[in-house]
Amino acid sequence: MSQISLKDLRHSYVAQPAGDDDWALKRLNIDWSDGGAYALLGPSGCGKTTLLNIISGLLAPTEGSVWFGDKDVTNIAPDLRNIAQVFQFPVVYDTMSLFDNLAFPLRNRGVPEPQVDAKVREIAEMLDLTGMLQDRASGLTADAKQKISLGRALVRTDVNVIMFDEPLTVIDPHLKWILRSKLKELHQAIGTTMIYVTHDQTEALTFADQVVVMHEGTVVQTGTPVELFEKPRHTFVGHFIGSPGMNVLPCAVANGVPMFAGTQVPTDHPVAGAESAARLEIGVRPEFVSFAEDGIPVNIVKVADAGRYRIVDARHGETVIRLLVSDGEQVPSDGARVRFDPAHTQVYADGWMIT
Amino acid sequence: MSTKTVNQRAWLFVLPVVLLVAFNAVIPLMTVVNYSFQETFGDNVFFWEGTKRYEQELHSERFHAALGRQLAFTSIILVIEVPLGVAIALAMPKRGPWVSVCLVLMALPLLIPWNVVGAMWNIFALPEIGLLGRTINAIGIDYNFTQSPVAAWFTTVLMDVWHWTSLVVLLAYAGLCSIPDAYYQAAKIDGAGAWATFRYIQLPKLKRVLTIAILLRFMDSFMIYTEPFVLTGGGPGNATTFLSIDLVKVALGQFDLGPAAAMSLIYFMIILAVCWVFYTLMMRGEEQ
Repeated sequence: MSQISLKDLRHSYVAQPAGDDDWALKRLNIDWSDGGAYALLGPSGCGKTTLLNIISGLLAPTEGSVWFGDKDVTNIAPDLRNIAQVFQFPVVYDTMSLFDNLAFPLRNRGVPEPQVDAKVREIAEMLDLTGMLQDRASGLTADAKQKISLGRALVRTDVNVIMFDEPLTVIDPHLKWILRSKLKELHQAIGTTMIYVTHDQTEALTFADQVVVMHEGTVVQTGTPVELFEKPRHTFVGHFIGSPGMNVLPCAVANGVPMFAGTQVPTDHPVAGAESAARLEIGVRPEFVSFAEDGIPVNIVKVADAGRYRIVDARHGETVIRLLVSDGEQVPSDGARVRFDPAHTQVYADGWMIT
Repeated sequence: MSTKTVNQRAWLFVLPVVLLVAFNAVIPLMTVVNYSFQETFGDNVFFWEGTKRYEQELHSERFHAALGRQLAFTSIILVIEVPLGVAIALAMPKRGPWVSVCLVLMALPLLIPWNVVGAMWNIFALPEIGLLGRTINAIGIDYNFTQSPVAAWFTTVLMDVWHWTSLVVLLAYAGLCSIPDAYYQAAKIDGAGAWATFRYIQLPKLKRVLTIAILLRFMDSFMIYTEPFVLTGGGPGNATTFLSIDLVKVALGQFDLGPAAAMSLIYFMIILAVCWVFYTLMMRGEEQ
């Protein structure tokens, strides 16, 4: 096991990449420390699967290198990299029993049979598959099959990293939850580095210690779920994570203080570096907007009940500001004003956070 | 609201199909059944014979010999064409400009009319003027398919392999192309070699198309007529007289319609039974 580093990585599916749009992955430098639980989060087509296939060796990067510890593995075949991968659709060997499926990667590597037997039983126990070991793999349900795919990764002791490519896509919703908790539990038990690719923020945020958010071939932010929520470094992260997403409001900055609709919007720190920006925006999550005596005057346009809280769409001019109102609280009918929590109000210049 | 209007006129829509099937299949088949159970001396006068024809046919040495040749022929071509077809399909490129070239080349033999195939191979294999015949003789092997039964069988089998392996190739190729990439990637990561990949991924995924390929090749080869008829005429002697060639000899050559009818029904039942048994065995435990 070792740290995984991506150095100056770029990839294009076009033979002669010319413009920026030709690069599926724009220049990346990432270090994944040993034993971490990472999620690669982003919308479809942002390059996450490409990145995953480069790490596993199924794809050779156009530029840059992949390092496992102090070893350059850029040109090493997948089976020699000691990695494991769980795919979107469960891959099982239909004609084999469940036992033989789990034993397959070990037998291919010439592990002696008594050791294979012990290891397979141990992993089957962890995955709650013990009672089914002699069943044929072809007749199983999707979630059992996906457990087998995962099991084939876990039986190996030499694995540097286990990668998951949207592994819960074909699983029924009520089983998703169970498998996800199982995965978290397994990570804590065996401590192998895991990289989990998904476009589902719930999966990413519950599984990972560190979430890497990707957008159009670049990493826009790496951080803990809390950091991503409270301090999105890019407006995309603000939109993509959280439900509903962050309010992004056009603003101006005067003397280090952002101004929205002629009102000063206080922040924790004075804003610097706003001068050269073409586009300035305030970002504030609906969780940190509240009704107040004085502040920005708004009209309430919509109130949606989301169970424990209500989502209120308030309008100032043409701009809609969302806020969350808890169950007991009153929504004022007219003359409403809202204020933003200064500790959780950020200013973005051309999409990127400035402080 | 449980009363439904039953409109019997809807049957009129089915009528064309019923007529087509009747004249195309049911009536001809029943005519054969009639001939097999009854004797006629013309003038539409029939005498009931019962199962006598069937008993005679089943005990006839001539029928046994033809059936034996037929089984041998079908087994040989299946043993050659199925593995060869799968091997060629595995070797074909999966993407790129060569895919269409390969597919067209493979499809060519299937597009040639069967009697033309027979005629082509007849000329190709003639010992004096044919390219194949002269070449084999030139390397010192005495080869004349019009005189030697071994040479006649060799030529007939070779012709069939040339003509029909493509069908297995195309079916197997389609089957291979439908295997998702993730399976190959998983196999690579699991450290499986080429043989293990074939044995545990490709072959199981090909099971259905291969079942169909084997069924088609079994039925077609079991009913083979045109090509060997043109190539060898069933000879030398009766060496390549397969069931359908023998059937035509009995029915049209000797005009023994009764025995021919019994023979063709037994023939039909054998094909039906073999296909059913084979299909049932292959599809056992494949309900999901």
